[in-house]
Amino acid sequence: MTSENTQAAIEVKALDRYFGPIHAVRNISFSVRRGEVLGFLGPNGAGKSTTMKMITGFLEPSNGTVLVNGRNVVDEPILAKSAIGYLPEGAPSYGEMTVGHFLEFIAEIRGFKGAEKHKRVTNAVEQINLESVVHQTIDTLSKGYRRRVGLAQAILHDPGILVMDEPTDGLDPNQKHEVRSLIKRMSADKAIIISTHILEEVDAVCTRAIIIAHGQLLFDGTPAELRARADDNDIEHAFRNITTGSSTSYRETSKP
Amino acid sequence: MNNIIAILKRELYGYFATPVAYVFIVIFLFLSGLFTFYMGGFYERDQADLLAFFSFHPMLYLFLIPAISMRLWSEERKSGSIELLMTLPISTSDAVIGKFLAAWFFAGIALLMTFPIWITVNYLGDPDNTVIIANYLGSFLMAGGFLAIGSCISAVTKSQVIAFVISIVICFLFYVSGFPMVLNFFTGWAPQMIIDSVSAVSVLTHYDSIQKGIIDFRDILYFVVLISFWLYANVITIESKKAD
Repeated sequence: MTSENTQAAIEVKALDRYFGPIHAVRNISFSVRRGEVLGFLGPNGAGKSTTMKMITGFLEPSNGTVLVNGRNVVDEPILAKSAIGYLPEGAPSYGEMTVGHFLEFIAEIRGFKGAEKHKRVTNAVEQINLESVVHQTIDTLSKGYRRRVGLAQAILHDPGILVMDEPTDGLDPNQKHEVRSLIKRMSADKAIIISTHILEEVDAVCTRAIIIAHGQLLFDGTPAELRARADDNDIEHAFRNITTGSSTSYRETSKP
Repeated sequence: MNNIIAILKRELYGYFATPVAYVFIVIFLFLSGLFTFYMGGFYERDQADLLAFFSFHPMLYLFLIPAISMRLWSEERKSGSIELLMTLPISTSDAVIGKFLAAWFFAGIALLMTFPIWITVNYLGDPDNTVIIANYLGSFLMAGGFLAIGSCISAVTKSQVIAFVISIVICFLFYVSGFPMVLNFFTGWAPQMIIDSVSAVSVLTHYDSIQKGIIDFRDILYFVVLISFWLYANVITIESKKAD
């Protein structure tokens, strides 16, 4: 157990990914420990989702390695996938199923049976507040509810590692608040990665932030360190300074 | 094994949660009845067998089986649920086999629901029921072969329509390769070995041989190899194209 606590839950080493001629992810390295909530920031198309897909074993890296609990994802995919709960971008699921049946299917694939399966499903439904829609078909749900079904699916087996691609996208302010408190509640003993466009979220839930733009890692540090990158300590200004690469241009255009 | 069963259950749930299953079964039963009585001349033949019924199955399957298989993978790729499925702790072959078995099981249900024709022929005459059992087995195996082809093709494209059309074409090629019109094209210039191999890959050759009521190990092996080959190709296709 001691070795598990000290070693990084996720270790990404010199990750590269090409899509044909496009170099989508360039030499990215970082690691996440238990108890950390890592925020993935970056403009659209920066390579955030691609990096997450490689961590969760959906995409194979062109170069570099991803270690989950010290094991290589490419060599031992099933082991890595069992340790991870993943909310893919857009929270895809099986629309023709009811929420209850869908979560039961996930529980079965995760290896739960009988009473334990039932307990896991009920537990996930309660944590995400899905009680009112359990018997509804997923296709008939609003975007916010579908996202929450995706969340329930990701936390169902109480994974040590959670990877969530835009978990609060499409949620109303109350739901966003709920999801953020859920992430905080779970963060004590888990390694969590979330990607987001909402910079305030970094302050609200993340213990560390990473900025990726054009496939490159531009910043890795605490939210406080990120703020320090802007003269006025504003996180949005810091983000712009880092991703556009020039601090002066921003201030010139923003001043009246 | 548990994973395969979980996938199989989910797939079957998907068939029956939507009108797909009911529409398919009704059309299958309607068309097989139509072919048997009008084109096959079930009464006019005045024979106590189900030849009129089973001889139209290859043609029926040519269009109806790709209609089942077209959605197997293209829908997953289009909706993005393949990303969920492939990041669950299962192997690609578990997913491919589970989905295939669900589709085959479903085709089997549709086939079993033709049992009134079997009762009818037993009521009207005294048929050789062991031959009829072989007939059903042959028909079920052929459905499996076509489904494996269709499953692989549906993994190639996100469009169900394209999957449907290409699956029909490939099933058709496997179907007609035993026809005289194809074999005649080779006779005269190609060595006998080639003619024999073209004829040997034909679904029809093996289907017809099982239809005679003789269950030959080689015919069973043919369908096992056909299904395994296409499912293996299916696994490779998924692994290389899942994220496109």
